[in-house]
Amino acid sequence: MGNEAIILFLIAGFVFVFGAVLFSKLISPKWDTPRKWDPYECGVETIGPSWIQFKAHYYLIALLFLIFDVEIVFLIPWAVAFKHIDSALPFIEILIFFVVLGLGLLYALKKDAIDWD
Amino acid sequence: MHGTERFTAAVHQWLLGMFSPGAAHIAEMVLTGLAYLAFFAVAGLALVYLERRIAAFFQVRLGPNRVGPFGLLQTVADALKLVAKEPIGTKKADHFLYSLAPYFLIISSLMAISVIPMGAGFSAFDIDVGVFFLIAVSSVGVLGILIAGWGSYNKYSLIGALRSGAQMISYELSVGLSLLTMILLVGSLRFSDVVQAQSDYWLIFKGHIPAFIAFVIFIISGTAESNRTPFDLVEAESELGAGFHSEYSGIQFAFFFLSEFINMFIISAVAATVFLGGWMPFHIGDLEGFNHIMDYIPGPVWFFIKTGFIIFLMMWFRWTFPRLRIDQLMKLEWKYLLPLNLLNILLMAFFVWKGWYL
Repeated sequence: MGNEAIILFLIAGFVFVFGAVLFSKLISPKWDTPRKWDPYECGVETIGPSWIQFKAHYYLIALLFLIFDVEIVFLIPWAVAFKHIDSALPFIEILIFFVVLGLGLLYALKKDAIDWD
Repeated sequence: MHGTERFTAAVHQWLLGMFSPGAAHIAEMVLTGLAYLAFFAVAGLALVYLERRIAAFFQVRLGPNRVGPFGLLQTVADALKLVAKEPIGTKKADHFLYSLAPYFLIISSLMAISVIPMGAGFSAFDIDVGVFFLIAVSSVGVLGILIAGWGSYNKYSLIGALRSGAQMISYELSVGLSLLTMILLVGSLRFSDVVQAQSDYWLIFKGHIPAFIAFVIFIISGTAESNRTPFDLVEAESELGAGFHSEYSGIQFAFFFLSEFINMFIISAVAATVFLGGWMPFHIGDLEGFNHIMDYIPGPVWFFIKTGFIIFLMMWFRWTFPRLRIDQLMKLEWKYLLPLNLLNILLMAFFVWKGWYL
């Protein structure tokens, strides 16, 4: 099957979820009490808003991920072509690339970007 | 021609006999979609049953054994119960995002399944960038979890979702890099080429040392990707209630549950396909007779045996290792797995360059 499979599975997944949710809405009981729609916190009343501040470290991790993810995208064509090129050049080039990348990772680790304290 | 190829060709011919070419194409697409949805649901139910039986096996108890023979219908009963439950959320939730989240998870895992070959020529969507497509599509699932956690308006959900975001994007690097290590040996991203390259030896034997390291890294980071127990901080019951899906109930909760198990299936299927030869039978060197007997077992059976083995391994992990803390989790990925992975790629590249593989 060609590229139309993407659209097919998009529609199939949508119909699957939508149909099941709709069916459940039709047959499930409705029973409203005021407490029912409070945020679940072990029965204790919630203090303050639930959209709370969170640790900025998550943001740092996302930034680091972005760098390395782009790097994987660069690596993919290299990995596919590597076996078909009969010379030392791709290996040496990737060595240089990894040294630069490793320095970046080392910098991030030395700056305690990963440490959680 | 393999059995599965003959089967798809027969279905194709049958449809062409009944409809005009255009209508036959649409009918084929609808059939494929329905087949994959059915497989999706059945695999999910079967995996939940397996998980409970294996958990019981490890804890020396019986597990579900009342509904149907050997309790096989237990998960069907559970699914029916979940459909009939009233959906309860929070009043202040972002209702649009809240109901959008299951779509992301289900569609992304459905698409990821579509590229995996379960037999010769037996995948819905065999594209030339298969492995890349799989990495890309399965990372969309993170969005679903983040949206669910944010949209729920619950502190537990928010913390669970953020943890899951950090965890899944971190370990995605290791999944991608360990798959790339094997791509070096194959030289193609198409899944059918990856399997075809293993007709003589499976890739884990072909690439010996670096391939084995890549396999171990893939299993560890795959377990983390699918949020399973040594890495299940996302829904650490003792800390966060049910984590990012605390506020979901009924059928919407069922979708989160289903996608979790399907993700485990995807990770296992990819490990089986890329490292253990996919639907290729097990051969030993020149043992003609033995290899011939192995050839009689059809491809899909091999595929599901290998996938089942990895699934069993992941369930075994669950009852063996205690849960990690979030800082340990991040340290493991960024300080150990990622540098090891980069070195491993260099090692593999060196071996491929020198021709030191089987």
